[in-house]
Amino acid sequence: MVGIVIVSHSAKIAEGVRDLAAQMAGDGAKIIPAGGLESGEIGTDAVRIMEAIQKADSGDGVVVMVDMGSSILSTKTAMAMLPDEMKGRVKIADAPIVEGSMGAAVCASGNAGISEVISAAEEAKDMKKLQ
Amino acid sequence: MGSSCFAGAMEAVSSAVIKNKDMLTDLDRVIGDADHGINMARGFEAVMKKLESAPPQDLQSGLKTVAMTLISTVGGASGPLYGTAFLRCSKAAEGASTVTAELAEKMLRAAIDGIESLGKASKGDKTMIDALEPAYAALSEKMKQGGSLLECMESACGAADKGVEYTKTIPAKKGRASYLGERSIGHQDPGATSSAIILKALTEYCRTAGKE
Repeated sequence: MVGIVIVSHSAKIAEGVRDLAAQMAGDGAKIIPAGGLESGEIGTDAVRIMEAIQKADSGDGVVVMVDMGSSILSTKTAMAMLPDEMKGRVKIADAPIVEGSMGAAVCASGNAGISEVISAAEEAKDMKKLQ
Repeated sequence: MGSSCFAGAMEAVSSAVIKNKDMLTDLDRVIGDADHGINMARGFEAVMKKLESAPPQDLQSGLKTVAMTLISTVGGASGPLYGTAFLRCSKAAEGASTVTAELAEKMLRAAIDGIESLGKASKGDKTMIDALEPAYAALSEKMKQGGSLLECMESACGAADKGVEYTKTIPAKKGRASYLGERSIGHQDPGATSSAIILKALTEYCRTAGKE
């Protein structure tokens, strides 16, 4: 199953998004939060993100959901530090972190491949809040 | 500069960054999110702690320790950027025990390539690259003229300072400051400033270490 990593400057946001996505996707989904710094402060930590990616990977790949700014740079740095054999199966979704994570988690829990999970996350960009 | 000087050089860099914490944060308050100095100081305080608790075996492993510490403790965009820069320096320093002008040139080039490939920034975007690329050009030129490590570093510093001044004249194209666009003109870039501070600290260290 494709794993999902939630990267935010805030540990609470990352954990909250994980809780919400896990509730929708059921127990099977592998969703790992990687928010904040070890000290508890606001920020992003590429080492923490790298460890979360490795934890989320079962061999089918990992989709990383990011909030903004240094989340993206730290995730790219984390990806560069991964073992070579993993590098090709980890992707960042260009999607809003909350809605995108819901779509990705539901899709991944149905055993979809990584490109489908990415698409499910990125579809959230066009979601209308008010119909 | 021998590998035994590595700790001294990093201490010089760390104390310069920590000393300029408020200035860097103030610059970032005007065109960013007011955390550059705080983040950089947190990162270099952690670097000092790490190097004291586990003194590195050689230049390459020391630079790698600095890189990994910055990557995981700075918290903002400057963490992965400077972390990647030091990581590339570490690779460039493989097998080296002394920093010569040639190695300084090689490390600076590797560091800039790392920052550019991660941040997708180029000259004129109002980033640390606007201090570092001119610094590299000046260092490289001085080296071709047969300059010593100190002379090369002095040239690099002068060019970096001019680069920082240049960032006042251009709009930001990267990071939070880019939301301000033309309104960022008139303000110097905090990242370019911290890059110049780091180069200056290394140069000052080179100068004093050379006299000893």
